[in-house]
Amino acid sequence: MSNALLDALLFAGGYNATVVSLGCAAFGLAAGSLGCFVLLRGRALVADAAAHATLPGVAAAFILAALMGWDVRSLPLLLVGGAASAGLAVLAVGALTRNGRLRDDAAMALVLSIGFGLGVVLLSVVQSLPVGGQAGLKGFILGQAAGMSSFDAQLIGGLALLSVLLVAVLFRPLAVLCFDRDFAASVGLPVRLLDLALMGLMLAVTVAGLRAVGLILVVGLMVIPAATARLATERLEVMVPLAGALGAFAAWFGAALSAALPDLPTGATIVLAASGLFMLALAFAPRRGVLAFAWRQARLSLAAAREHATPADGVECRLPPSAGMER
Amino acid sequence: MSPAPHPLPVPALSVQHLSVAYHEQPVLWDVSWTSPPAGLVAIVGPNGAGKSTLLKAVLGLVPRLSGEIRAFGLPLAQVRRRIGYLPQRASVDWDFPATALQVAAMGRYPRVGWFRPLPRAEKERARAALAEVGMADFATRQIGQLSGGQQQRVFLARALALEADLYLMDEPFAGVDAATERAIVEVLQRLAREGRTVIAVHHDLATAPQYFEHVLLLNQRAIAAGPMAATFTPENLARTYGGRLSLLEQAVAAAQGSSRAAVP
Repeated sequence: MSNALLDALLFAGGYNATVVSLGCAAFGLAAGSLGCFVLLRGRALVADAAAHATLPGVAAAFILAALMGWDVRSLPLLLVGGAASAGLAVLAVGALTRNGRLRDDAAMALVLSIGFGLGVVLLSVVQSLPVGGQAGLKGFILGQAAGMSSFDAQLIGGLALLSVLLVAVLFRPLAVLCFDRDFAASVGLPVRLLDLALMGLMLAVTVAGLRAVGLILVVGLMVIPAATARLATERLEVMVPLAGALGAFAAWFGAALSAALPDLPTGATIVLAASGLFMLALAFAPRRGVLAFAWRQARLSLAAAREHATPADGVECRLPPSAGMER
Repeated sequence: MSPAPHPLPVPALSVQHLSVAYHEQPVLWDVSWTSPPAGLVAIVGPNGAGKSTLLKAVLGLVPRLSGEIRAFGLPLAQVRRRIGYLPQRASVDWDFPATALQVAAMGRYPRVGWFRPLPRAEKERARAALAEVGMADFATRQIGQLSGGQQQRVFLARALALEADLYLMDEPFAGVDAATERAIVEVLQRLAREGRTVIAVHHDLATAPQYFEHVLLLNQRAIAAGPMAATFTPENLARTYGGRLSLLEQAVAAAQGSSRAAVP
């Protein structure tokens, strides 16, 4: 096993395994860097609802392909189906919350449940179809990098790198939008279009992650590296590349681990790798970390204790004796 | 960057028949108002009178049912570069990973362009705006580690960095201490000396006549508008605030209202 892991980590597992690792890493890079803006714009739960709502689209694309006699394992077709239903879900959340019709969290939970429920029902239809390849759809739920073709990995990597490029180009407008939407609009930024672009990028990254991480956990790779990077830095221009690097590392490491141990679901392995990095940051981050906080508190209490123990400069000394008695 | 001299003074802002509603509830109804061509203007009225909404409707941040807005005699889209907005401090999340200087620099992007790093000279302009509000020493501080008054100053610096001719400020004095209030007043007076216009939502009836030259009294409708001395009368205030409260009682009520930070 350890040899297989080493091979996978060092890209020595053959051409296909290397391309799959790189594709996963590219997805992690995109998810981590875009995740910062998704998080700062308060859209993490929308991303989760959208991810769950990819299932009916993926299943419908599978059914369509089976009926038309196309290749049911065609990843581009399945991803287009997933993106379409996820896009509908994002629009539905927007429509439900417009004018305060429904609270945000209620709308997102509603859309998530409807989307996933519909997907599960369509999956049972898929099972009854007289074609092979149904088992492959299970990989979309929990993620399965094993068995991914190099074409699939290149598609995922290409989609992810395109998203990273767009995040880099839109960095400043997105930053101002996330910090202060009203100000952004007042200086003439097309805020609706930018919000739409952010949601479009989120959808692209979500479907890019479906095959490797799965729809249940894909939001984790947008949120966890971004939250980790936020613990480590107070600067957006550091946070975004750092989150990208953390996401890429977690995706590459997790994919390699699950390639070495084929029973491990890739999505869970990748998300747990990202969570491990988060725990490290939570403990050791320079300013926001638990240890740094405890250290500052301890030093402060020590300083306070010393100060209070010093006689003759306390406020009480100058008060009349009765002031203390009244309390 | 002072405004171009005009043969006839054009009003900095004119609003005609503006109506805005949230949830079928009218917030502003048929408001028509013309601001002076320059100077400091207060918008005064009770809570829920639509003061913030007026600013947002002018900027196109909230949909309007009807009405025409002109700034310097032109439709808004043509003069956006000359207009600066100062939102309420409580409207953003100050935990955002940015420094005071980076927030001030956001005021330079519209001029420089959004797709390249700020040139050094532009960064210096943002730094100068911070210095004018007394925040030069805090340039590299993350904005969440600033006090409320300091955050308000950073917001003001970002607005100054826009170098606008017409400023719309939503409660610039909300929740700040006396030192910050003085600093803001000095900045407003500098802007007025340069011939710019500042239209500010203001909650404190006691200081309004002291800080501002003109006033718009607003309560869903424009109740009265004009030079402070002629307009800021007990009769007009009573009509605006709807009761028969004495001016003193209103001032006390308003002072209590403004001490609560971020009244929408």
